[in-house]
Amino acid sequence: MSTLIAWIDRRFPLTKLVRESMTEYYAPKNFNFWYFFGSLALFVFAIQVITGIFLLAHYQPSADKAFESIQTIMYDVKWGWLIRYAHTTGASFFFIVVYLHMLRGYLYGSYRKPRELLWIIGFVIYLCLMAEAYFGYVLPYGNMSYWGGEVITSIIGAIPVVGDWLVSLARGGFGIGTATLNRFLAFHVVLVPALLAALVVIHLLALHETGSNNPDGIEIRDRLGADGKPIDGIPFHPYYTVKDIFGVGVLMILFALVVFYAPTLHGLFIESYNYTPANPMQTPPDITPAWYLAPYYAMLRAIPNKELGILVLFLAIIVPFFLPWLDRNARARSVRYRPVYLGMIVVLVASMLVLGWIGMQPASPALLPPARVCLALYFLFFFTLPFISRIEPTRPVPERLRM
Amino acid sequence: MRKLACLAVLALAAALPASAQEAAKLSTPHYRFDRATLQAGAKFFASNCTACHSLGHIRYRRLATDLGMSKEALTRIFPQARNKPDDVIKSAMPADAALQAFGVVPPDLTLEARYRGTRWIYSYLKGFYSDPSRPTGFNNHVRPNVAMPDVLAGLQGIVAADGSVISKGSVSPAEFDRDIAAVTAWLQYTSDPSKLERRALGPWVIGFLVVFTLVAYALKRVVWRPVH
Repeated sequence: MSTLIAWIDRRFPLTKLVRESMTEYYAPKNFNFWYFFGSLALFVFAIQVITGIFLLAHYQPSADKAFESIQTIMYDVKWGWLIRYAHTTGASFFFIVVYLHMLRGYLYGSYRKPRELLWIIGFVIYLCLMAEAYFGYVLPYGNMSYWGGEVITSIIGAIPVVGDWLVSLARGGFGIGTATLNRFLAFHVVLVPALLAALVVIHLLALHETGSNNPDGIEIRDRLGADGKPIDGIPFHPYYTVKDIFGVGVLMILFALVVFYAPTLHGLFIESYNYTPANPMQTPPDITPAWYLAPYYAMLRAIPNKELGILVLFLAIIVPFFLPWLDRNARARSVRYRPVYLGMIVVLVASMLVLGWIGMQPASPALLPPARVCLALYFLFFFTLPFISRIEPTRPVPERLRM
Repeated sequence: MRKLACLAVLALAAALPASAQEAAKLSTPHYRFDRATLQAGAKFFASNCTACHSLGHIRYRRLATDLGMSKEALTRIFPQARNKPDDVIKSAMPADAALQAFGVVPPDLTLEARYRGTRWIYSYLKGFYSDPSRPTGFNNHVRPNVAMPDVLAGLQGIVAADGSVISKGSVSPAEFDRDIAAVTAWLQYTSDPSKLERRALGPWVIGFLVVFTLVAYALKRVVWRPVH
C-alpha cells in the first residue's frame, strides 16, 4: 500500500493534497450548529447530480412529450418516484442549507477582510443556483412551468433597445415551446452545473487560503503555538469530517421524512397547479414562484412600474456583494459582540420571510404596503450599515476562542 | 437540536401558501387510505366513471399488487385486466362521440386529485343539484354550469339547489357519502400510487438513518475527546 502511494506521489500530489486540505488544514475548534451548512450544501449538490442523471435518462425535452415523460417517470419507471421526489426535495433543501449558510456569514461577519472574495464567490454560486432552479422548474412543462417561463423571460424584455431580441433568444422563438425546453435543458444539465462545480472548487480554494472564520469572529492564525500551528485550531480531518458525517445523518432524516411522507410539502415543494399540462390558452389564476424565489418576486410586484421594479430587483440582488465594504466596525466582526448588528440582521431576515410569504400570495393591493415596508427595511440594512457599524456599541472581543 | 427544530419550523412556516382559497364551500372527505377503501373506490369508479373518463397512467398490472387483489377479483372489477394487463384504464367512449354528446371531451382523471385536491373532488361529486335551465337538467355548486351530467343521481337521488330531496336514490345518504369518499381515495391513489410504497418503506429508511446518525454521533464523541 505504501509503495503504491509513493508511486502515485511521485506522479501526482496525492499525499500533499490530503495533508494541505484535510489532515493539516486547521479549522477553529468552536464551530457550532451554523457551520454544518457548507458541507451539507455540497452533499445536496451531489444528490441533485446523481438523481438528475437518472431523470435525464427518461426526460423528453419537447412541448408535446415533456409533461408525459415526467408522468412516465412517476408511474412506469422502477423507483422513478423516489428519484424524482429526491430531486424536487433536493432543490428546496439546497436553498434551505444555502440560505442558512449565507445567514451564518452575516451573523459572524465571515465576509469581512480578508474573506471578501470568498463572500463574493459564494454569492455568485447563489446566483447560479437561482438560475439552475429556474431552468429546472420550467422543464416538467406543467402549466405553472409554462407561465413561470413566460413571465421570467419577459423580464429581459425590459432592457432598452435589444430587449425583445434577447427575449426571443432566451426562448428560442416567439413564445415558450420545444426550443425553450431544449435550451433550458442544456443550461440546467450542462452549463450551470459545470459553472456551479467550478465555482464550488474556487470557493473552497479561497476558503483554504484565508482559513475559516468562527463564531467569535477572531483570527486563529494570529495566535500560533510553538509548533507554528494555530493554538485554537484543529485539523479538519478527522475532527470536522466525523462531525459533518453526523450533520449529513440529521439532514438525511429530514430529507427522507419529506420524500416518504410529504413529497409536495402541501404545495410548497411541488405546486399542485403544475399537475396540469402547459396550456398557452389558459393563464393560471395566480402566477407564483417557488418559495425560495418568492421574496424577489414580492419585491418586483411591490413596484407598480415594470422597468423600475426590475431595476429595484436587480439592486436587491447586487447589493449584498458590497457587504464586506459596507460593514465598517473595526473592533468586532461577530454578532456575539455586536448587539445592534444582531438586531439589524433579525429585521433583515424577518423582512425577507414576510416578503417570501407575500410573494406566494395572489397579487392583492392589501399586501402592497407591507411588501413595500419590507423592501425598504431590506435596503435600509445595507444603506445604514456603514454608519451604524462605525458607532455601534461593541462588547470586548476575547483573545482566544470561546467553546 | 432545539435550535435546529426552531429553524426548520421558521424556514417552512415562512413559506406556507394559503391553499384555503375556496375553503368556504369545500368539505373534507373522511376515509382511511387503505386497501379496503381503495378496492371499494376502484369498484365505484369502474361502474360509474369509466364510461367517459380514463386513467391514462394506471396500468391494470400494478393494481393487483398495489390493491392486494387476486387476478380474478381484479378482473371482476376491470374485465380488460385479464387479457391486457399492461393496458391503462381507458374510457369506453371515443373522444369524438363524447365531444358530440357533451361539447367537451371528459378529462383524464389520473392527476385530478393532485391538481384540484381531494376536498374539491369530494365536494364536487356531492355538489350536483336539479336545474331545469341546464341542457343536462343538472348543475353543480362547486363547478357552476359544468358540462357533466349528474350520473350519480340514480344513487344519490335528485336534490334541489337548497339541498332538499326531490326524489330518493337507490342508496342511503350515509352509503352514498361512503362511496364518494372511497372514490375520492381511489383518485388520490391514482394521482400518486407511490404513496402506498412510500408508507411501507418509510419506517425502514428512516430507522436506518436514525441508527446511522446515532453511530455517527458516537464516533464524533470519541474522536473529539482530546479537544474537550
